[in-house]
Amino acid sequence: MPTIDHAAGFGRTGRRAVLGALSGTLLIAPRMRAAMAADADPWPALAPQIFPDRALEDGTNVLTIDAPYRAEDAAVVPVTLHTTLAADDPRQVRKITLVIDANPSPVAAVFTLEPHAGIDSIATRVRVDDYTNVHAVAELSDGKLYMATRYVKAAGGCSAPALKQTADAIPVGTLRFRELQATDPAQREAQVMVRHPNYSGMQMDQLTRLYIPADFVEKLRIWQGDQLLLTVEGGISISENPSFRFSFKPNEAKTFRVDGSDSDGKHFSGSFPAQDAA
Amino acid sequence: MRLRAATFALAAWMLAALVLPAHAQTEPFAIQKIADGDYVHFGQVAMTTAANAGDIANLGIVVGRDAVAVIDTGGSVAVGRALRAAVQKLTDKPVRYVINTHEHPDHVFGNAAFANTGATFVGHHNLPASMRAHGPFYLHSFRDVLGAAAIDQVRLIPPTVLVDHTMTLDLGGRTLLLTAWSPPAHTDCDLTVLDEGTHTLFAGDLVFLDHIPVIDGSLKGWLDVLPRLAELSAVRVVPGHGHRIGSWPGALDDERRYLLTVEADARRLIAAGTPLAKAVPLIGQSERGHWQLFDDYNPRNATAAFSELEWE
Ligand SMILES: [Zn+2]
Repeated sequence: MPTIDHAAGFGRTGRRAVLGALSGTLLIAPRMRAAMAADADPWPALAPQIFPDRALEDGTNVLTIDAPYRAEDAAVVPVTLHTTLAADDPRQVRKITLVIDANPSPVAAVFTLEPHAGIDSIATRVRVDDYTNVHAVAELSDGKLYMATRYVKAAGGCSAPALKQTADAIPVGTLRFRELQATDPAQREAQVMVRHPNYSGMQMDQLTRLYIPADFVEKLRIWQGDQLLLTVEGGISISENPSFRFSFKPNEAKTFRVDGSDSDGKHFSGSFPAQDAA
Repeated sequence: MRLRAATFALAAWMLAALVLPAHAQTEPFAIQKIADGDYVHFGQVAMTTAANAGDIANLGIVVGRDAVAVIDTGGSVAVGRALRAAVQKLTDKPVRYVINTHEHPDHVFGNAAFANTGATFVGHHNLPASMRAHGPFYLHSFRDVLGAAAIDQVRLIPPTVLVDHTMTLDLGGRTLLLTAWSPPAHTDCDLTVLDEGTHTLFAGDLVFLDHIPVIDGSLKGWLDVLPRLAELSAVRVVPGHGHRIGSWPGALDDERRYLLTVEADARRLIAAGTPLAKAVPLIGQSERGHWQLFDDYNPRNATAAFSELEWE
């Protein structure tokens, strides 16, 4: 029995023709009609568009995806990526591309992990527009691509109405940075949050019959002192008020810095004291 | 083409007409008198399905000396028509006002049944914008649930009389006090209707009884609204959902406890650094035994509360 309620819904067709805007290298052509047929797996057509002329190896021993099999709120689906390379493996994960196959703009984010950062997990929240596979593709320092897959049941996330925050006192572009309590002093965890509607470009104004233009956080860079840790290139599949939580290896730095920009050209940045800066 | 369209419309109407009576065989579209001139139709405590035709919200009727007001119109045009027929059985007086308590489909999808009757549509000053922003999404989402025929009849009819703060409507010897609430609570367009003659409050979804509250506006906003809501001089309340009349303001106790529990749980888990995915299954669990449809809405309430409160 379908259980549609006040805000979550099922979106199967119609919106697919709308191409979510993505910038630069993330720009992906709208998926071919053939691939949109119900129950057709879009991945065989999608993979060569995102990773042209690249082989995708089995990522079983490289990375895993944590996501609920059945998402409670399609507009806020938690996804966590873990890298699982053995400690003595000389290779490192350089880049992870997160793909939500059935979304109108499937590439949700590209994470670039700096070699010295020691990042072995990244968690974010995404919109999911249909029952779909989620793919995470890691590029290792050996130049090869490794793939992990997970199935998620959720629908309607991309066009789901934004939370009611229009009368919000917190300005767009406000950054929050938080270090989490660490059990392991050699491996810390932090969360970066950006106040941003991350408009998907798929919500229609019924009077004008126009879609509210996409406006989303396009790029975020996170620094520990002068050391770049992580770069996030995001798309419209990232939830409203984007959140990124990641592990890292602490250095002696007293501050963290975050800078970023959205697709409207708005820039934001912030500096935050390290938890035990003393 | 015109004939085809007309035939289709007739077929759609007949289908809709069949949906409700089919359900009516076991449970007729019942109207209960709750006070002098005040009537209520209790919707089912359920999710919308094709079988219940969206008849899941409580609908109100107030009969004055000269005219009638209806409060919400149900989750489909079929429910709206059944409500209109129920009014006509009660009285010859015209429906002067159709008051929508907020934008959710189970409260406004029946509006079309009152179009072109001369009734004036009344709502919160935010309601037109909310309907415009979310209406297409609701129509799309509910197509699979209610069926294409039922959805094709629905028209999103926004109010033309808007309530900024409070407003009174006169039905002839019967004054209704309308209050438009802010900040966002259940939604960002919550409106209540108080019959000042009988002290009966039609609360819309600012009050849930037995049916788990649903947060689609703001948890903190809702808790902010509750004490002011409690000050309304009512003796009884018709909740937006829940199959009974509540005493006032005691009917708010369960809902307040639920919202405070969700708030406290979410705050504690955020403070402890628990990630969203691990926090959601822990939020509000002590409330499980108190509510119907708990598993249908509590995880979404928990997600909404966590997302809102982590920005405190
Ligand atoms: Zn509601």
